[in-house]
Amino acid sequence: MAEVKLLGKWPCPYVLRARVALQLKKVEYEYLEEELGGKSELLLKSNPVHKKIPVLIHRGRPLCESLIIVQYIDEAWLAAPSLLPASAHDRAFHRFWAAYFDDKLSPLLTRLRNGERGRANEEAAEGVKLLEEAFVRLSEGKGFFGGDEIGYLDITIGCHLGWIRVTERLMGFKLIEEAKVPGLAGWAERFCAHEAVQGIMPETEKLMEIFQLAQIHMKRSKR
Amino acid sequence: MPQTASLHLTNRLHIHIVLESESERERERGARMAEAVVLLDVWVSPFGQRCRIALAEKGVAYEYKEEDLANKSPLLLQANPVHKKIPVLIHDGKPVCESLVIVQYIDEVWSDGAPILPADPYARAQARFWGDFVDKKIYDCGIRLWKLKGEAHQEAKKEFIEILKVLEAELGDRKYFGGDAFGYVDIALVPFFAWFYTYETCGGFSVEAEAPKLVAWGKRCMERESVSQTLYDPLKVYEFVCSLKKKYGIE
Repeated sequence: MAEVKLLGKWPCPYVLRARVALQLKKVEYEYLEEELGGKSELLLKSNPVHKKIPVLIHRGRPLCESLIIVQYIDEAWLAAPSLLPASAHDRAFHRFWAAYFDDKLSPLLTRLRNGERGRANEEAAEGVKLLEEAFVRLSEGKGFFGGDEIGYLDITIGCHLGWIRVTERLMGFKLIEEAKVPGLAGWAERFCAHEAVQGIMPETEKLMEIFQLAQIHMKRSKR
Repeated sequence: MPQTASLHLTNRLHIHIVLESESERERERGARMAEAVVLLDVWVSPFGQRCRIALAEKGVAYEYKEEDLANKSPLLLQANPVHKKIPVLIHDGKPVCESLVIVQYIDEVWSDGAPILPADPYARAQARFWGDFVDKKIYDCGIRLWKLKGEAHQEAKKEFIEILKVLEAELGDRKYFGGDAFGYVDIALVPFFAWFYTYETCGGFSVEAEAPKLVAWGKRCMERESVSQTLYDPLKVYEFVCSLKKKYGIE
């Protein structure tokens, strides 16, 4: 039995967070792909409260919620790189912006993908601008939110880049545009090219296909 | 606060003077530290109360500033420009926002006090999971209990009771959520103990009937000074919610 297992679904950006963290820490793990339409017995048993992926199973014990999993990976495998920064204040900053992304921006991106426009567009642009400011402040001239290396906040936001690109295509304009948010634009390229991300980040084309299939399926089930 | 003592064994009088100035210096240090820690908050906020309890558990002196949410102070707007919400902890001029982020910050900075999060990574992950569960579920479902009517109210009631039962099952027969030691999940949840009366009155159910172990846990937490000095009387919380209902024109 593999010591570390990860239950996931390939299009899911939250699953990608756990995978990137494991790759960064060079942890060997068995990846178990859940069926797109369903939930396995193992998933329901391991996450009875939320019944959602990702679930990390380490030595038989399950861990749920992507950001909690990423912090666990950082604390259980102490080898470099450290995913959270050294100072308590910087850690609070990373956690604050991660919560901002998950609570505000991510649901907004979903609404935009589902066709909402107008005020939602403005909110998204404002949100991206705030992230640019956070990036400039936290990176201190280096390549990532975490500094020289990918960290907690890079993982939180970066793993959503595929879906951000899908959203941009559906909206017909770029949210992360070099002219408007040069820091983030450069960061996005660096993140996707990173060895811990490349190869496991799903292609935007495939995410687009999955999204369109899901939309068709939703329309059919409403009839 | 760690004691620093330099012993001058040659002269007992000298030792006395050294220790006296040491405690004077500590008083000064304490006063400076109290100025260096400011909490922007609102009296009834369960999120603010999490921070107050954590600070009290660690014995940290701080300045409490009551905010008027209808008229937010320039300090609040500057310290939390993104959300403009309380609580905000300002430590040495630097703001920290989001209650559970603040609680973790307090735990990490004042690490010589009793730990709020356990040392073991798996136990920490479990604590964070349940803190996150409380965050995602209780407050929003609770609001629906006093804001909504009819079928939506019934749904909220069903959901809220389910949330209580999940927490009850997780607590089991333990003294606190973390086991023998009062910790992160207890701090995340206990401010809502003062809201149980409001929830059950607006919801039309009894928290004790649905989750007796949870109520017993709440009472145990109230035996801790950090909790009893922070939580308000449940009737006062209910009065506050009634005044909100009036304000929003809810029957």
